[in-house]
Amino acid sequence: MTTIQAQPGALLPLDHSAGRERSRTLRRFREAFMTAALMACAIFSTLTTFAIIGVLLEETRRFFTMPDVSPGEFFLTATWQPLLGAEKHFGVWPLVCGTMLVTGVSALLALPLGLITAIYLSEYAPRGLRAVLKPVLEILAGIPTVVYGFFALTFITPALLGAGVEVDSYNALSAGLAVGIMTLPIVCSLSEDALQAVPRSLREGAYACGGTRLDVSLRVVVPAALSGIIASFLLAIARAIGETMIVALAAGGLAQLTADPRDQVQTMTGYMVQIFLGDASAAGVEYRSSYAVAFMLFLMTLVVTIVGYRIMRRYREEYQ
Amino acid sequence: MRHADAPSLLKESRESAALNPLANVARLGVAGQADSTTRAPVALTVRDFSAWYGSFQAIKSVSFEVRTKRVTALIGPSGCGKSTFLRWINRMNDMVASARAEGTLNLHGIDLLDQRMDVVDLRRRVGMVFQKPNPFPKSIYDNIAFGPRLHRSFRRAELDRLVEQSLRHAALWEEVKDRLHDSALGLSGGQQQRLCIARAIAVGPEVLLMDEPCSALDPQATLRIEDLIRQLRSEYTIVIVTHNMQQAARISDVTAFFYEGALIEAGRTIDLFTKPQKKQTEEYVTGRFG
Repeated sequence: MTTIQAQPGALLPLDHSAGRERSRTLRRFREAFMTAALMACAIFSTLTTFAIIGVLLEETRRFFTMPDVSPGEFFLTATWQPLLGAEKHFGVWPLVCGTMLVTGVSALLALPLGLITAIYLSEYAPRGLRAVLKPVLEILAGIPTVVYGFFALTFITPALLGAGVEVDSYNALSAGLAVGIMTLPIVCSLSEDALQAVPRSLREGAYACGGTRLDVSLRVVVPAALSGIIASFLLAIARAIGETMIVALAAGGLAQLTADPRDQVQTMTGYMVQIFLGDASAAGVEYRSSYAVAFMLFLMTLVVTIVGYRIMRRYREEYQ
Repeated sequence: MRHADAPSLLKESRESAALNPLANVARLGVAGQADSTTRAPVALTVRDFSAWYGSFQAIKSVSFEVRTKRVTALIGPSGCGKSTFLRWINRMNDMVASARAEGTLNLHGIDLLDQRMDVVDLRRRVGMVFQKPNPFPKSIYDNIAFGPRLHRSFRRAELDRLVEQSLRHAALWEEVKDRLHDSALGLSGGQQQRLCIARAIAVGPEVLLMDEPCSALDPQATLRIEDLIRQLRSEYTIVIVTHNMQQAARISDVTAFFYEGALIEAGRTIDLFTKPQKKQTEEYVTGRFG
């Protein structure tokens, strides 16, 4: 302790020579090192993405150069029969149809229900209830998808049959409903975040004009949050398109072109599971075909994402 | 920059008021408008009114009267309860779970503290303009049409006319008539605030509440809003919260001075600024504290 006696309240002069000077060289080196390290991380993740796309493209090219397939057959015919029968057929549309059917059913369930739940949580629910309900909903997102698959197979399908809906034991409807339940928290949680991000001042303005809670929610808050809501929809749809385990368990294994969700269907992801689980040799045409299907799947999610960004940009409103 | 419809006599008073806040007050007194201030019928009766947030008492047993078609300014330092008071008049405090109030708050015979009172009907009669302009992220037209559409159904031409009249009353029509369907967010801050005033009067209120409507605006935009308030005075009962004492002196007929939740003094603006009855009022209006 120093023993300087100062007048009470008097300020001592600042001592800027205290301590030891830090090395300038070290500081510069550390800065350069960190810049390089961060850039390496960024390059690594980007490269990984491009590597995956590269593998997809290369394997897809090899598939199309094989003797018994052609891009014309793949994209323009609608018989998918890669394993059985004397003649193999590679027309991708039944698989695309299966994926769209399951995704469509899931979207019909998850988008409206998720948005309505989000509006309730954000605009209507008391604080305490919201604090409980939102985490509970988000738990749904943490359940392994294989459990949803079992749930579809052993609960939803029997329940549908019990309710008089004549479904196959494997069917697109059960799988789609399970995928819908799985994507519900994505829609709900992200939409709710978007609604919560709408400034309180807009709600006050709407209430001050004599709006009811419903007026304020539907005419001001939801339109103001539209870009975030659309983003949540597209994320859920992209997730549903790529969902694998539920459809592998509950949708079936028969690739057929149908619009009836009560039928058995095979999705693109379902087909890939079937192939990679060992029904085909690693050099065979069936094996390669799964890469072409994977590439198609990639294109579909890419389109959803691009369309999503377009729509979001159009509706994006700046509040501030 | 001036609006073509604005009466030119406002210009003079505005400029002299800008130089000396009391000049305008004095002019009002000479013009003999002061007497009519106290003779106007009572719009809002406040008796022993107290308000709380949880256990914190924000307003302490306040009593005074707001007169019809006059501008009443609420002044006082931050946290003195003036905004809380304003937000009880249109029950905006219903959104705050911990807010409660006691006493009498009576608007033209309606008990504003009655739990059974219909707040939607109340807010049709009491419009509000906020501190920060808060246009909806919609077109200029849809912003104005928002309130009317909630309460009535219109034929297209009727609604068009109402939107135009509201914008004219808010002195904004000439600036926006060629871009009614553009986003309201493209307007400047001052235009946005006049849009919010137009949005409020489109509903057809008798009372307009303004919570520091100029605090986010530059001096030029502030003067335009003040011009507008002077024009609206002939049609609406206006209660305005302001931090700016010169503004209160420039635009109000009656001023109420709040301090730490209590109403220290309320009276004709000219009296409050030139011969305050209370020492605290005198210190505040002369800028010695606050």
